[in-house]
Amino acid sequence: MASVIGRRSTVRLVHAAIIVAALVPAALIVWDALHDNLGANPVEEITHRTGDWTLRLLLTTLAVSPLRRLTGWNDIIRYRRTLGLLTFTYVCLHFLTYLVIDQGFPIQGFAIRYVGEDIAKRPYITVGFTAFLLLIPLAWTSTKGWIRRLGKKWKALHQLIYAAAALGVLHYLWLVKGEQVKPVYYAFLLVGLLGLRVWLGRRVRAPLRSPDAPRAADPLPAPLRGRALDPS
Amino acid sequence: MGAAFVSSLSPSLPLSAFAQRGRGGEDDKPNSYDDITHYNNYYEFGPDKRDPSDHSGGFHPHPWTVAIEGEVHKPQTLDIDDILKRYPAEERIYRLRCVEGWSMVVPWNGFALSKLLNDVQPTSQAKYVAFTTVYRPTEMPGQNTGILPWPYVEGLRLDEAMHPLTILVTGLYGKPLPNQDGAPIRLVVPWKYGFKGIKAIVRIRLTREQPSTTWSMVAPTEYGFYANVNPEVDHPRWSQKRERRLGEFLRRPTLMFNGYADQVASLYAGMDLRTNY
Repeated sequence: MASVIGRRSTVRLVHAAIIVAALVPAALIVWDALHDNLGANPVEEITHRTGDWTLRLLLTTLAVSPLRRLTGWNDIIRYRRTLGLLTFTYVCLHFLTYLVIDQGFPIQGFAIRYVGEDIAKRPYITVGFTAFLLLIPLAWTSTKGWIRRLGKKWKALHQLIYAAAALGVLHYLWLVKGEQVKPVYYAFLLVGLLGLRVWLGRRVRAPLRSPDAPRAADPLPAPLRGRALDPS
Repeated sequence: MGAAFVSSLSPSLPLSAFAQRGRGGEDDKPNSYDDITHYNNYYEFGPDKRDPSDHSGGFHPHPWTVAIEGEVHKPQTLDIDDILKRYPAEERIYRLRCVEGWSMVVPWNGFALSKLLNDVQPTSQAKYVAFTTVYRPTEMPGQNTGILPWPYVEGLRLDEAMHPLTILVTGLYGKPLPNQDGAPIRLVVPWKYGFKGIKAIVRIRLTREQPSTTWSMVAPTEYGFYANVNPEVDHPRWSQKRERRLGEFLRRPTLMFNGYADQVASLYAGMDLRTNY
């Protein structure tokens, strides 16, 4: 029993560390804003930083289950939802930065017209906004209750993360001028991660023990939870 | 109209009045020296706005020569020191509108390009002016990357080049032009998007044919030869109707020809600005 408690507190500690670490970039934005350290165009800087961190966290989230397979570190899957929700936090900050401080809505009420025009007419904004929309149901259904209620459909629904990731990278690729390398790095990472999944999927799948198996109070039957949390 | 305007450009005219023309009015306060020197698009030093100030320390703008050649009666290669002596700099406070949707106000020091061109005497065949940036990959790290074809080239129609608002710039805020802003000599055409303002110029060539320009070679559907600031013609990927003036929170409307329509609209009379973007 003591070892179980030890393991649970380790998981909590890692959780806390992930959340704190992932919120550092957001805190830095606030800090830099208060100290006039965001450069000559603070709005652009905030947009770029929140966008960058959305993609980094999204790719990190996608890396969890391949890493689990490769390393056999089963507990890592416990952190995927947290990483996914942190991704969602940054994409919300990114979108709100665009809507409120870049376009000026609702201070300039008419700005909604420009936002609508952007979403309809600018392909990089269209795909970026679509990626944002796709992430909303994923965040919404990330709770244990929704995982249970949706059953097998949950897994199918959460495949949307691949589409969101692809659109998110496309969003970046399509917005830069000239042949810039940074969005290409993200594209390579994404393709690499997806390739890894395909490759791992083809290997004979060793039965994975659910990380929650020893938890007596777990509301879900262990095998279901294991499957539901691992769409790969 | 044109003549009246030119005669109003006597040296005694406080040239800060330039920025106040059009609808900008008293809102057009110059941006800080710090902003103007730490927020630059100058891909020779990297694609981020801070790259030019961070990575241009090893660039040597001196000694320097500018070759003026092509369809001229008196081709010559001028030393930058002679240029500074022969063409005393005056202050021109201009709005600068970047094609990316931001803008600033810059107190440039420079002289009308027309003075230089008149001295080399364009032939009757000269119709365009082509400009070339120095190619120096050892000092310009971005030139070792494929982000753009190098060297950067730009061009103007001869009448645009001769327009009194078109200047060659050698300084800003009364100081020598910093490396990241295009030292030692750059072009500024205030009614066009900022990328027309080619930096670190080593060659000015008068031509019969319309010269190639870097961005229109790289992305011809997005950037044309003219690149006049025009809120009615959007960039294919973003709106040009509004702009963020650095230092302001809300976007402001973009003005036709960047607010210099009274002075330059006649250059484009009868032209379809939608196709000649």
